[in-house]
Amino acid sequence: MTAKPTPLVIDRLIDDRRTRVIVCCGSGGVGKTTIAAAVGLRAAERGRHVVVLTVDPARRLAQSMGLTSLDNTPRPVRGVRTGRAGDGGSMHAMMLDMKRTFDEIVEAHADPDRATQILANPFYQSLSSSFAGTQEYMAMEKLGQLRRADEWDLIVVDTPPSRSALDFLDAPARLGRFLDGRLLRLLLAPAKLGGRTGLKVLNIGFGMITGVVTKIIGSQLLRDVQTFVSAMDTMFGGFRERAEYTYQLLRAPGTSFLVIAGPEHDALREASYFVERLERDGMPLAGLILNRVHRSPAARLSAARSLAAAETLQGLADSESSALAITALRLHAERMRQVASEQRLAERFTAAHPLVPVAQIPAQPDDVHDIDGLRVIGTAFE
Amino acid sequence: MSVRDTDWDGVRLHVVTGKGGTGKTTVAAALALALASNGKPVLLMEVEGRQGIAQLFDVPPLPYEERRVAVAPADDGRPGGDVFALAVDPQSALIEYLEMFYNLRQAGRALTKLGVLDFATTIAPGLSDVLLTGKAAEAVRRKSGGSPVYGAVVMDAPPTGRISRFLNVTSEVSGLAKVGPIRGHADTVQSVIRSPQTVVHFVTLLEEMPVQETLDGIAELSDVGRGGIAAGGIMVNMMRSLWPPEHRRASGAKPGRRSVRSASGGEERTPGTAHDTQVLEVALKAAGLGEDHQLAADLAAELAAEARAAAMQRAQRRRLDAAGQPCYELPFISDGIDLAALYRLAATLREQGAA
Repeated sequence: MTAKPTPLVIDRLIDDRRTRVIVCCGSGGVGKTTIAAAVGLRAAERGRHVVVLTVDPARRLAQSMGLTSLDNTPRPVRGVRTGRAGDGGSMHAMMLDMKRTFDEIVEAHADPDRATQILANPFYQSLSSSFAGTQEYMAMEKLGQLRRADEWDLIVVDTPPSRSALDFLDAPARLGRFLDGRLLRLLLAPAKLGGRTGLKVLNIGFGMITGVVTKIIGSQLLRDVQTFVSAMDTMFGGFRERAEYTYQLLRAPGTSFLVIAGPEHDALREASYFVERLERDGMPLAGLILNRVHRSPAARLSAARSLAAAETLQGLADSESSALAITALRLHAERMRQVASEQRLAERFTAAHPLVPVAQIPAQPDDVHDIDGLRVIGTAFE
Repeated sequence: MSVRDTDWDGVRLHVVTGKGGTGKTTVAAALALALASNGKPVLLMEVEGRQGIAQLFDVPPLPYEERRVAVAPADDGRPGGDVFALAVDPQSALIEYLEMFYNLRQAGRALTKLGVLDFATTIAPGLSDVLLTGKAAEAVRRKSGGSPVYGAVVMDAPPTGRISRFLNVTSEVSGLAKVGPIRGHADTVQSVIRSPQTVVHFVTLLEEMPVQETLDGIAELSDVGRGGIAAGGIMVNMMRSLWPPEHRRASGAKPGRRSVRSASGGEERTPGTAHDTQVLEVALKAAGLGEDHQLAADLAAELAAEARAAAMQRAQRRRLDAAGQPCYELPFISDGIDLAALYRLAATLREQGAA
């Protein structure tokens, strides 16, 4: 008995006006950005007003959507066919500038003098451009902003490239906790907290902690952090709150997750973790997109019969035409084996997650980097 | 002593990077096995907390401890060396560092409970990288009885997009720690990473994006200053063997030629396939598959699609060749990667002189 998944009909998802946010997630290299763009295009051409938020698109794909720089500005995407009478949709795309997004939060929450002070702080600069999790936090922050602005009726988010698909769910909270952290303040501004009771319980001298931290990171950085903390004082609390807000937004009605994987062992394992995590957290999972699945137009000829026929031809008199046929038959057998192994992996996923709808997107013969290519992918969404 | 000449004689630290989905961990493991065939133990380390090595070798999750996971096959009658594996995480590396330099192991443990180490490794971006690369440098330099403990160290490193930053730790931490022990540590690590003992191998597929990232990555490495970090080989992974010969398919395979979608949908069909269809129809009949025009047409379409894909792959391969680094080809293994597959890949790497 092989498990048959419920088909995932992406058109139904994007045609449903109640769908307001689609989050595309999956491990690196599975084609998340391309799928996000294809979903956005398809939705726009079916009448939705769409903005696609990408984090780190490949250059040519970005160019095809009219994106030339990280500038946090939604740009109209050219070449979208929205001609049908009355139901003309639209498509915008934007690339996340995480540092700018962070700067904007600071500017919005601190008076100008203090904001300048924070933005110039070396610790802030490294935090805002390279802290693990900042990108995820800012992507979620941007999503929250777009959702609140209510200018688009559908937001498609491409999650940041990370080693694990789960990072983007956890990282915002981690950064929020960190910025908001008691420890940060305890360590760096003990006087403000008015006491060391917390530490007494642990029987460790405060000096020892700062001593070790100084040993590790150096006193210069510690001073930068101290300045940063005192400048940020009014903003603490806000960060965790914002992270919590976006996390709740992800659980709210109108949000759907698409988990994307290639028909490969590792990507599907990662997809499994993600599906389980979404279920545990009560996040609305629309289904799995199995991207770049191979098919054969001659699937009725099995690998075994194809190879047997190639062998028969080899036994016959050699000629150029049989050489062509032998190549074609061997290639076909190889392709059929690949098709079978990909389908086995898909079946294994469905056996473990029988309730998760699945859509298979055929592998494209060319790399996709223009609107037409995205549109072809969209034909698999029916 | 190695009796064979390899492309990387004298290299002790092999850093393996690659875009997500290219099989970086698999190739790193195969390279470790291939290097261990020289008879000396090899350390395979991972730094991303993914436990990819444990999964690959089908062993329980690795602790912060060097464990034997495989023995390389014998080569020329010489017994193969052991492959040890280690999963490094910044926290454990930091505790070890504090112990080694300050005798602070107990304190380190207590501080972990408080979250101080988490704090330290996260507020100083670059600090984790120094600790991770530091562990690799330490393993390279470690000696026992005057000779190195490991013949080579293979690191399953972060993906291509982050590799130069990951390895260029001095500049990453220098902005943060201008003086002090971490800075000193970073300088020691750099002396290993920028020496001829270290190369960075790139794992790629013959697809546009991974190839582009590989080329960008190689360029970035030479750009990191002070002579750069040496790029190593390009491992072209998951190669399929049966591509139609180039000369035969050249006419139907020109990229950019307009193709039409077939009525059955899905696969594309180039106008040049009509002739192939005729030839195939005759051959299929001769092979005992009966008279089946449609099957011949479908196979011709498939052949044309494969030929186009092959032409694109050749174009990508030419871009890689132009980078001037040795390229190695690794076959696609359809049944999943197990130990037998790793041995096979290791043998392929050795045949091509990568180890």
